[in-house]
Amino acid sequence: MTREEVETRTDEMEIDGGEQREGDAVPEGVNANYLKVYYGKLFPHADMFKWMSYGNDGKHPGCDQSYFVRREFSFTLDNDIYLRFQSFNSASELENSIKEKCPVKIDIGPVYSVDPAKRRAYAQTGDNVFTPVERELIFDIDMTDYDDVRYCCSGADVCLDCWPLMTIAIKVIDTALRDDFGFNHILWVYSGRRGVHCWVCDEKARRLTNEQRAAIADYFRVYKVGNENSHKKVSLTGLALHPFLARSYTEVLRNFFETKLLSSQNLFSSEERYEKILDMIPDESVTSELRGKWQENRRSSISKDDINVARWEQLKHLLQSGKHKGQGLRRCIEEIVFSYTYPRLDMEVSKHMNHLLKAPFCVHPKTGRVCVPIDPNQCEDFDPTTVPTLSKLLEELNMGGVKADADNDWDRTSLGKSMRIFRTTFLQPLLKSCKEEIESAYSSKLQQSKNSISW
Amino acid sequence: MEAVRSQRKSLSNDVVSTLPLYRSAPALEVRLEDFELFAMDRLRVLKGISDGLSRGKKPEEMDNLVEDLWKANMRHPQASEVVNKDIISHFVLRLVYCRTALMAEFGLSYKAVSNSEFESIKDKLGQVAKSIGQPLPTADVIFYKVPFEEVPELVAGRRVFIHKGNAYIAANQVVSLVATQFRSHLSKALSLTNRKWTSTVREQEKDRLAPIVEALSTSYLGPDYSQPKGFSEISVKDINELAKSSFPLCMRHLFEKLREDHHLKHGGRMQLGLFLKMHAAINLLDIFVLDTVRDWILGHQFPWYTVWGVGLKLDDALLFWKAEFSQKVGAERFDKEYAYSIRHNYGREGKRTDYTPYSCQKIISSTPGVGDHHGCPYRHFSEENLRAALSKMGVNSRGVEDVMDKVQNRHYQLACTLTFEAVHGSSCDSGINHPNQYFSDSQKILQSKNHSTA
Repeated sequence: MTREEVETRTDEMEIDGGEQREGDAVPEGVNANYLKVYYGKLFPHADMFKWMSYGNDGKHPGCDQSYFVRREFSFTLDNDIYLRFQSFNSASELENSIKEKCPVKIDIGPVYSVDPAKRRAYAQTGDNVFTPVERELIFDIDMTDYDDVRYCCSGADVCLDCWPLMTIAIKVIDTALRDDFGFNHILWVYSGRRGVHCWVCDEKARRLTNEQRAAIADYFRVYKVGNENSHKKVSLTGLALHPFLARSYTEVLRNFFETKLLSSQNLFSSEERYEKILDMIPDESVTSELRGKWQENRRSSISKDDINVARWEQLKHLLQSGKHKGQGLRRCIEEIVFSYTYPRLDMEVSKHMNHLLKAPFCVHPKTGRVCVPIDPNQCEDFDPTTVPTLSKLLEELNMGGVKADADNDWDRTSLGKSMRIFRTTFLQPLLKSCKEEIESAYSSKLQQSKNSISW
Repeated sequence: MEAVRSQRKSLSNDVVSTLPLYRSAPALEVRLEDFELFAMDRLRVLKGISDGLSRGKKPEEMDNLVEDLWKANMRHPQASEVVNKDIISHFVLRLVYCRTALMAEFGLSYKAVSNSEFESIKDKLGQVAKSIGQPLPTADVIFYKVPFEEVPELVAGRRVFIHKGNAYIAANQVVSLVATQFRSHLSKALSLTNRKWTSTVREQEKDRLAPIVEALSTSYLGPDYSQPKGFSEISVKDINELAKSSFPLCMRHLFEKLREDHHLKHGGRMQLGLFLKMHAAINLLDIFVLDTVRDWILGHQFPWYTVWGVGLKLDDALLFWKAEFSQKVGAERFDKEYAYSIRHNYGREGKRTDYTPYSCQKIISSTPGVGDHHGCPYRHFSEENLRAALSKMGVNSRGVEDVMDKVQNRHYQLACTLTFEAVHGSSCDSGINHPNQYFSDSQKILQSKNHSTA
């Protein structure tokens, strides 16, 4: 169960009768009436079907016509009713069901060996044939896991001061997925409130076993389980950093830490905060020297320089200067930067094929924001506070007049940009390579059967 | 392979390869008695290997040990029958353990890295070597390029350089590749055997082979853990005391965190919850799986043991968890959201599987995230935290150094064994393979001390 589900809903019904209002303004919030309009006019049913079919909806004889129907969808309805193991034969079945049930949340599960809606019939054969066979490699990164390193907000809140933590996560993970693991078809999505989801959709990724998924998740893991005896959450040992960590550090983490988070989070501005950092330095002489400096010049205002930047420089200078080259100190600077910036993944989500994940373009029931795709190449420009809300979209629809432009209503709204990102950066290249894979798999199969005939 | 009741007909005299890879079952007739006896003998060898590994024996010592075990158990009056005994016993055990098999699928592909390619990635390979404390690679070291999917252990430990989906593994890391391949081949074969066994053979053989197979899979017990008497049930009020005296560090940590935060995340609830429940099972699969890669198993650790849960009954378990969680989330939310999963662990909900407590292997390979407290402290704690935790358990400073030494060499179960010995002041010959074994061994020692003082 995700954390979102266990929260109580309080704010969803305060806009009763919003439809009757005059003018274009649509009050904030999420309700069944709004969702009906959204699913009717804006939600990209056809695109979702195209994506989830992975080229198997074509006419090519190599297509697996049973592919889409073996995919599990789950709907969460308005009154906390949770429908699992939904499956659909066609794009129109999917669309009709969504429109009819009007779910507040749609989750996507794995592709099973057989149609999940008929799993009970198969269960009776006793052979355990109902099992997940394919699933995108997914990642879930949630801002609540960063509460010990951000001071601007906590819990479910995010602002532009802490959002860069998500930008860092996207950059680090996206680069490694492409350069290290060789994946190409990766979709990043804003989760609608306080985090991001990642879908790796290459055929190779979809077929990973649970063990291989866990290995990838572990490859990304640097945090140690710990107790309160130490604030050191990251422990980097060895004479060098693994190339993946070294690259993440020099290309992303250090820069974000020094130019953004240091000042925006005021990491050194108070005694309590800098003590947390000094705790990560296992050398009494270094920490007491720094502590001495900082307590002294608390009054002498360093108005020109940012106090956080100045103190960080002092700390670095002291640790790098010749006289403190102790064993444990070698990695201290990196360890501090990693602790405050490195992505924190929800491991369980990535490790198992059968974990459900919220579909893109859902509307977050609390914030009303749409779960829009994020272009990883432009992720620095992504602003969660300007993501279109359901009511804003409806407003924009209203303003555009009632002119029925059935095919792309979203083009008249601010969802248009998100749809273009989805299609150009993700869906089109994906479908192109799916088509090629299906064709080449089919022709090599033909070749094989030809050979066997000639025997 | 066919089991026959009649007097032994001479088994095939065909010359069989001296290094069998057990790809397919031989066309042999086997006496029913041998069917069982051979399997028992092989289990004795496997158990001996497991004990040796968990004692941290060196490769040379292991070679000798394996040889001795083999000679002692796998001999046969007729020299020509030795190979057959080997093959038969392997396939009988396959049948016995097929029910716990896992599915996995890989293809084989080894490709040595060319000189020019080596030059282009030499720096990266050097960086990886340095990061894991290995000597820098030179041009005469052969590297293989394999899809990263084939070496999950190396990927998980960041012990290889990975580029565009390929892992570059050094010759001395091939072990991991072969082990993965074999495990995968075997687990596939096991699940096929299972399907066949449950669908047809079991019924046909219900009076003859089936009882032997069932008995082998559940009743072969190591000499040390055959009698789970004396502490089969405990109650909630005892847990505090037991946690201090007899919990391994992984469970102690979870227990303390639960007391402190009145909450544990999912992974922690599973690990501690299953540990606390009453359960008896045997898991020889892990060691059996690597049986035939004798040459490569050195350096790996495979747990197998009879597992005796601590013994908290369902009602008591619910009370125990509720007492903590309700302080944080309230009794109502506990009943609504958490009670289900506890009943689930006890096989009273969902698919009604009676879940087995986690083994060390499983705990070591888990991947705790921020805010999680499960996992193996020897692997997942930072060095400072581990040192602090050990001295809190009463391990003296020399003991701590010994433990840390094992940790650095990634012998986590051995580190736990040393902790056990330091805390209890007596030796633990079989090594620690399972948290519940730690608990039961600890209780045995404490109870015998009580008796001797009484």
